[in-house]
Amino acid sequence: MSTLAGAFTARGGHSPVVGASAVVAFLAAALLGVATLPAQAPDRSEPPELGPPPDFDLPPIQRFHLSNGLEVMLLEKHQVPLVQIHLVVDAGSIRDPEGKKGLASMAAAMLDEGAGERDALALADAIDYLGADLGISAGEHTTVVRLHTPLARLDPALEIMADIALRPTFPAEELERQRIERLTTLLQWRDEPRAIAAVAFAETLYGEIHPYGVPAIGTAEGLQSITPEDLSDYHAAHFRPGNATLIVVGDVTGGTLSPLLEAAFGAWNGGSVTAAGLPAAGVPPAEQVEARHVTLIDKPGAAQSEIRIGRIGVPRLTDDYYSILVMNTILGGSFTSRLNQNLREDKGYSYGAFSAFDFRPGPGPFLAAAAVQTEVTAEALTEFMRELTGILEAVTETELERARNYLALGFPQEFQTVAGTAGMLGELAVYDLPDDTFDRYIERVQAVTVADVQRVARQYLDPEKVAIIVVGDREVVEAPIRALDLGPVEVRTIEEALGPPPVVSVP
Amino acid sequence: MQRVLTIFLALFGLSTAVREAAAQAEAQGIAPAEMAPIRVPYTWHVLPNGLTVLLHEDPTTPTVGVNVWYHVGSGNEDPGRTGFAHLFEHIMFEGSGHVPEGMFDQWLEAAGGDTNGSTNTDRTNYWVNVPSNALELALFLESDRMGYLLEAMSPAKVDGQRDVVKNERRQSYENRPYGMAFLTLGENLYPPEHPYHWPTIGSMEDLSAASYEDVVGFFGRYYGPSNASLAIAGDIDSEETIGLVEKWFGEIPAGEPVPPIDPPAAVVSAEKRLTLEDRVQLPRMYMCWLTPAHFAPGDAALDVVANVLAGGKNSRLYKRLVYDLQIAQDVSAGQFSSALSSEFCVITTARSGHTLEELERVVQEELDRLEAEPPTEREVERAVHQYEASFLDRLERVGGFGGKADQLNAYFFATGNPDYFQEDLARYRALDPSDIQAALRSHLQDDARVILNVVPATTEDEAPEELTGAVGPATTGSEAR
Repeated sequence: MSTLAGAFTARGGHSPVVGASAVVAFLAAALLGVATLPAQAPDRSEPPELGPPPDFDLPPIQRFHLSNGLEVMLLEKHQVPLVQIHLVVDAGSIRDPEGKKGLASMAAAMLDEGAGERDALALADAIDYLGADLGISAGEHTTVVRLHTPLARLDPALEIMADIALRPTFPAEELERQRIERLTTLLQWRDEPRAIAAVAFAETLYGEIHPYGVPAIGTAEGLQSITPEDLSDYHAAHFRPGNATLIVVGDVTGGTLSPLLEAAFGAWNGGSVTAAGLPAAGVPPAEQVEARHVTLIDKPGAAQSEIRIGRIGVPRLTDDYYSILVMNTILGGSFTSRLNQNLREDKGYSYGAFSAFDFRPGPGPFLAAAAVQTEVTAEALTEFMRELTGILEAVTETELERARNYLALGFPQEFQTVAGTAGMLGELAVYDLPDDTFDRYIERVQAVTVADVQRVARQYLDPEKVAIIVVGDREVVEAPIRALDLGPVEVRTIEEALGPPPVVSVP
Repeated sequence: MQRVLTIFLALFGLSTAVREAAAQAEAQGIAPAEMAPIRVPYTWHVLPNGLTVLLHEDPTTPTVGVNVWYHVGSGNEDPGRTGFAHLFEHIMFEGSGHVPEGMFDQWLEAAGGDTNGSTNTDRTNYWVNVPSNALELALFLESDRMGYLLEAMSPAKVDGQRDVVKNERRQSYENRPYGMAFLTLGENLYPPEHPYHWPTIGSMEDLSAASYEDVVGFFGRYYGPSNASLAIAGDIDSEETIGLVEKWFGEIPAGEPVPPIDPPAAVVSAEKRLTLEDRVQLPRMYMCWLTPAHFAPGDAALDVVANVLAGGKNSRLYKRLVYDLQIAQDVSAGQFSSALSSEFCVITTARSGHTLEELERVVQEELDRLEAEPPTEREVERAVHQYEASFLDRLERVGGFGGKADQLNAYFFATGNPDYFQEDLARYRALDPSDIQAALRSHLQDDARVILNVVPATTEDEAPEELTGAVGPATTGSEAR
């Protein structure tokens, strides 16, 4: 079984066993006198007609509270004996104090480095021995503790999860390990064109003061300044039952689950964040891109240029959410989208081009992106601008219907796994969306019109007002990019874009 | 008329059996090792033209995974045409006799479907996921490219996808830090005439040389129904479905049998050391051996060796290199299993101020220790429990890469038994500590390995360049569409 990143596990081969069984099967068919008539050719002049799409019946979302007020959402899924539990906490890099950028992310990483009666190694051993997975991640707004476990191991796994979420010990020596690992990660980003482009793009759009302008992992300075006390203070302030939601998906019922959850989480006290005096996590305003400009970050000898084009988008709770989803699907959200068709299928400049609105509580970025062959970087930028302009004009009914169906009819697939389903429920919790959100998704997507698409394209996209980031070989790409006259071109080194390499002190 | 012979009907009810057993296990507090067998019930049919058809019903979600494996991979390629099997995979999406260029994807998306494919050394797979009402559309599209690809083929289509694939190579290898390492390893582990010597992605030169005529020849040689298997899993009625399969695939001529590859021996008979420069901050070591093929004796034990060495914080190499000594940023180990041969690799990256020599010394100490004494019972059980859990995860999705349809095809191709789940898991459950030690002793010998050090380039402005060795295959990856 393969496990290395990028390697694909389903392998097989010309095993003699296979050949033999296929031959035996074929001979058996012949000997039995079956399967000898030539088949009639079917009519291929048109693709077969489709019947009506199947109904999508999501099981009901059950909601209840534990005795301490912790809200629980449960969706029963009995296909495979697995259970997924997410503790979704309203805590993220958005509240990282100035000078301590990276605090929320570090706190998340430190939860399983010592908790309850166990140290880091004992926690890892206990979880691995159960065959369970426990992970923690922190983004801009939300920290999620995730447990994925076979049903047969739910009880002991849940106990460990509760220790990690509620009783982390934040040992000083583990903090030092994490600090060095994270500083080294920041160092390694210099090798990765995609990481360089992502960091530069966020900073260009939001600036380095805005929480969306700094990666959640933080800065070298921030990482250097975090102390164990910072971590325990942060945890005490944020990890409270009134500031969290517990999401359960899997082969359990409310009746059997609630005593387990009560035992694990019911004694968790502390009330809500407001009671602790934590300020609400508002997103500060950011200045929209008002004039197109290009930042070229030099990566000498690069075989491809990483391109990011975008501007500040719109919060998740916009009334235009479904229209934007459909519009972006046409622009760059599926294989047949305009960007991918143009840059990949027509021109062969890239292995793939796409666009996305990164929806968050505050206005996240819109971006269009591709990695393109170095020699055609300028030509690729021209095609990007052509598509960003073209989407402001009419889209066809055919495109519209394809995009709507792609989103709406493919939607049930999002609920195949316990982890995927729990992730979807997390969106309801984070944005406080009503329980019928998913039941109404299909009709809302199908209600989007050509006029809606055109309106939101014009409202949220403006090819004259975008930031363009190119990470590539300056020697080859600079002159052709300047010749496009897209706006001012600023050339930076990787060090200028990412700051000086972090100093990693070796113990 | 029923022209299909149903050979075998699996009757185990997976979800029920496993669930009841799990409930029992929970009640009694016993390990999942005592759970009921993991089975994926299916029916097996062979069409007159030799097409193997595997059907599995799972109505949990109103969706269907249609999955086709052609039993051809980069290992079947001719010299001078490396990368062709994968280039051909791309061309399969560009339309066929009754599907105009671009419409394969457009019709699928308009029905709420999705599609992709991938190529490795041994096989090429294609999947289409559709809402259950669009099953027949998926069968029409798959059968049309199996039967009528060449009717719509043109040199321009080959050129278009050639450029895309070259950009895939740039994105996945040339422009990725350490990206050239696996290309180099394959070339140095296998002799030039072995089919795993060259990478599935191919060389730029060979990709440039691929022609329209090559497409015609390759299609005729490898893409007949008798060299393929079709698995359909999801919200289907098996009886209706086999009728639709017969309708759309029955007319396609069988094609000539494809003889199995007869590879030359691959032996690494000495320790071979290589150094590669790359534009990276930190040096990384790759220590690799040739190991038994997928499902051959020793294959599963080497998976557990990898877990004991580098799976989790308590694994031996992670604990020493990353946790205790803190001289490495990461360490991983893996048995990369393929049909003809596998590779086992230990990969570790040095922290600033530390050298690969320091890292290698520790790796060697831990290999020696595991050679001298077997792992503990707990180390082996911990690994096996993780495999047991992973088999449950593999039952969740019907389509896509690694969905149940893809797995039925994978097991059929590798073992002849599509529902080999339980037998596969049994390989791990049967292991005891002495088996782990024995596998390491037999297959991970110091004088039969390739050690590749990727080091930061001495001059800033140079592209990745090798000091010794030559650029060659990705033996472990599969190239997606």
